Amino acid sequence: MQIHNKSGQYAGRRKIVSGIIIVVGLVLLGRLFMLQIIDPSYKAFARSNFLRHITDYPARGLIYDRHGELLVYNEVHYDLMVIPGQVGDIDTLEFCRLLNMDVSTFESRLLQARRHSRFRASVFERQISKTTFAAFQEKMFRFPGFFVQPRTLRRYTYPIATHTFGYVGEAGPGIIGNDPYYRPGDFIGISGIERAYEKELRGQKGLRIRMVDVFNRDIGPFHDGRYDTLAIAGKDIYTTLDTQLQLYGEKLMQNKRGSIVAIEPATGEVLTLVSAPSFDPGLLVGRQRTRNYRMLQNDTLKPLFNRALMAQYPPGSVFKLVSTLIALQEGVVEPHTRYGCGGIYHAGGISVRCRSHPSPVNVVTAIKYSCNTYSSIIFQNTINNPVFGGIQHAFSHWRDYLVSFGFGRTFGSDLAFELPGLVATADYYDRLYGRSGWRSQTILSLGIGQGELGVTPMQLANMTAAIANRGYYLTPHVVKAIDDPSSPNTRYSLANNIPIDKEHFETIVHAMHMVVEDGTGRFSRIPGISMAGKTGTVQNPHGENHSVFVAFAPVDDPQIAISVVVENAGYGSVWAAPIASLMIEQYLTGKVQRKWFEDRVLNQSFLTAQP
Amino acid sequence: MTKKQGIIKNSDKTVILLFLVMVAIGWLNIYAAEYTEGRGHVFDLGTSFGKQLMFILSGLVIAAAVMLIDVRFFTGFAKIIYGVSILLLVAVLFAGVEINATKAWFRIGGLAFQPSEIAKYGTALALASIIGNMRTRKPGKADLLKGFGVILLPAGLVLLQKDVGTTLVFLSFSLALFREGWIGLIALAVGGIAVFLFVLTLMMNEFIIIGGLAFMAVVIGVITRKKTGAVLHVITLFLVLSGYVYSVDYAFDNILQPHHKARIEVLVHGNADLQGAGYNLHQSKIAIGSGGLWGKGFLQGTQTQFNFVPEQTTDFIFCTIGEEWGFAGSLVIIGLFVWLLLRLLYLAERQKSTFSRVFGYSVTSVLFFHFAVNIGMTVGLVPVIGIPLPLISYGGSSLWGTTLMIFTFLKFDANRHEML
Repeated sequence: MQIHNKSGQYAGRRKIVSGIIIVVGLVLLGRLFMLQIIDPSYKAFARSNFLRHITDYPARGLIYDRHGELLVYNEVHYDLMVIPGQVGDIDTLEFCRLLNMDVSTFESRLLQARRHSRFRASVFERQISKTTFAAFQEKMFRFPGFFVQPRTLRRYTYPIATHTFGYVGEAGPGIIGNDPYYRPGDFIGISGIERAYEKELRGQKGLRIRMVDVFNRDIGPFHDGRYDTLAIAGKDIYTTLDTQLQLYGEKLMQNKRGSIVAIEPATGEVLTLVSAPSFDPGLLVGRQRTRNYRMLQNDTLKPLFNRALMAQYPPGSVFKLVSTLIALQEGVVEPHTRYGCGGIYHAGGISVRCRSHPSPVNVVTAIKYSCNTYSSIIFQNTINNPVFGGIQHAFSHWRDYLVSFGFGRTFGSDLAFELPGLVATADYYDRLYGRSGWRSQTILSLGIGQGELGVTPMQLANMTAAIANRGYYLTPHVVKAIDDPSSPNTRYSLANNIPIDKEHFETIVHAMHMVVEDGTGRFSRIPGISMAGKTGTVQNPHGENHSVFVAFAPVDDPQIAISVVVENAGYGSVWAAPIASLMIEQYLTGKVQRKWFEDRVLNQSFLTAQP
Repeated sequence: MTKKQGIIKNSDKTVILLFLVMVAIGWLNIYAAEYTEGRGHVFDLGTSFGKQLMFILSGLVIAAAVMLIDVRFFTGFAKIIYGVSILLLVAVLFAGVEINATKAWFRIGGLAFQPSEIAKYGTALALASIIGNMRTRKPGKADLLKGFGVILLPAGLVLLQKDVGTTLVFLSFSLALFREGWIGLIALAVGGIAVFLFVLTLMMNEFIIIGGLAFMAVVIGVITRKKTGAVLHVITLFLVLSGYVYSVDYAFDNILQPHHKARIEVLVHGNADLQGAGYNLHQSKIAIGSGGLWGKGFLQGTQTQFNFVPEQTTDFIFCTIGEEWGFAGSLVIIGLFVWLLLRLLYLAERQKSTFSRVFGYSVTSVLFFHFAVNIGMTVGLVPVIGIPLPLISYGGSSLWGTTLMIFTFLKFDANRHEML
């Protein structure tokens, strides 16, 4: 009985003990519910534990010239990658010795990679040499978390057309944040064709998912490779560039500042785009890129600046072609209208000087001798035309013509970083002088291509192509075909028409032919080739005038339209015209006969004459 | 009715069934944890699942033998069994081999044997014997001395083996003592508070806790200010608890071994050092947490199959269940354990003799402690102290010890009418 009593006295405590067991069971279940059902992070952890995402980088597309000559290609190199979460207890000293790196660099790199992601691969050391790669490959198993990723670097057949090709660099944090395609260490086109055609050139990265065990040993493909994607090689780009002409143009522009733009008028294809001084595109490749870039950036000659697309000059006398065409179309001058020129033109207290030439002149001879008086008169006639009933309206109408030539705006083509130049609006003058405060003589300098005008060498070449076509142009572009050379790039095949009658263009073309045959450009005539051109000497308040020449040839079947600007070189006829003439000879005949003429250009340097 | 038939008839089928199911689940998960495609036959004794199969079969032999031996053997030889287990604990300190920094194992041929598993069994028997043979209802001084001594002696010896986990298992006998009225509700509550404050002290600055205690003391003091002597009690309690918190902190900083300290720090301060002490726990939580509701499927656990969790067949076997069978599997395992424990309590309460009731409570308490602490440590609720999950984890000593305890109790239960 005693036993029963004893049992009875504390028998209620069974409930407490049972309660404790049940509560503990429920607490464990609650915790498991949190871990297994509520918290998703452990699933991600588990995946990153045993899955390795291996990126296969496709070869970047190649770049060819218009004749199919290879200009830009790839070379394999190796990046050492790290997944910080997998780096175990490794022999740091041995590792550093292999890479020829000090321990503190090792640690800071690892920390940096860890900050990016514990589970994603980061670049640990870029472009390790082949010997380092071989030595490392052998001992790889001792350094879990590290692996070598083959990548490609750009190589160039010739050190030319840097600005057109552009360069490839590592995608920065801004790009990575905006486009999920890019990961740290990925390359992206930064400028030029590499930038404009990045999507085509880069191809598509492939992804393989592999399983690994706790020792980072490869176990096999995840789900038999069901989620793997193949890398798709980048597409090749066939440019419109003519390698021989580009090479020759860069040679001629050595030791000069300025640019050459050559366009095939019938297609708008850019044959040559030279911005001088230039640099070897190979400088902006690989490990030395950052250092070289800084060096180029600090160069006072600004080689990184693409003058052909970004430099803006007043056009000077070459602009008379446009202003005369407008005057003809507006009917304020007839081809045979003659005005006398006494070497200076006065209009309401403003005077424009002119060089001495036979007088009087008509439209053709005014162009031939680049007569400032004639241009000023017909400009005033255009602006003062009573049909508009006010200068604002007349000027806006005049300005519309300029825009139709491609001035004052970008072409929106595949040329990265082109600038629009400057063509002032009527509003601008209203603000500057007051609504009734300006007259045609106020803006008289526009008539001879000075004043509030800024045009790029590309716009000048396009203007020349439009004249060669007698009234239209195709948007200038540098890519002829993508992927398949026989399927042309049709993005720029629509003609942009200029609202000026063809007969007026014929008048101007004739005048330009006269410029070369017997006028300011006669010095640069090419024997056996009919060339039409116009000289320009751009007044430069900061130093020696800029030498400008635009031309196309042959006159009756234009194959090439060209603009040449040589900064601080003086008269257009003296330097720009000979360069244009040599370029045209090279392009049309494949060689240059006039060696002395060529040597004169090659031996000239303008880099010391800078302000 | 032969004696043998009577034993089968009188044995509790529920516990036997639960035992068999859990052992089978354990073996399946050990198989999954060790499995490598195309390698290892089920009976391959070079693998842990092959060995475990052997342990299970020999465990069943032990179970059958226990059921066939006369019940008076266990009651009569309780103290001798206890004495032998104490001797083994002493011997292992000299003749044992060191595994995982603890000197708790004898090695006989290819097999390792852990005497502390027998010591739990022996202690349960000895405690049952002491309480069962008491002449008075309330324990006298001599009884108390014997009762606590019989628990503390093996606990101390196990601590000398540096096996902290198993030492703590001896704490669980307090649950049996509570049932017998040796420990009051207040003592159990104080013990609970002590454990709570202990963990809290490790988690945060001790002065914050003491500040919190002071705040509570002021509040309680204001409420009970009209009761005579209450203020004095509150102040005393506050000083005692503050002293306790401070000494826990001091002990942690100055007495614990570095690796214990590291493990506790990992638990309380999160995954501070994932490559070191925190690695086990982190990988364990990944395995369990990635299981989801239904798990990844048998042999499909990536953490399990690619060996990311260390000690996965033994202390961390629950990871395999959590990963491959998900929350559903966890629910089943916890359900089975709670069912088994409550069933054992039920059986203990229906015993007519104090001896078998105390023994039943002791067995339940030990199993409960293992269950709570083992699963608790795999999910990060309890410091990683390395004790196995009974019936599930790989290991002969653990399985045999558990089998002995459960079936000895079942034998008592089967003979409960004869034991007066």
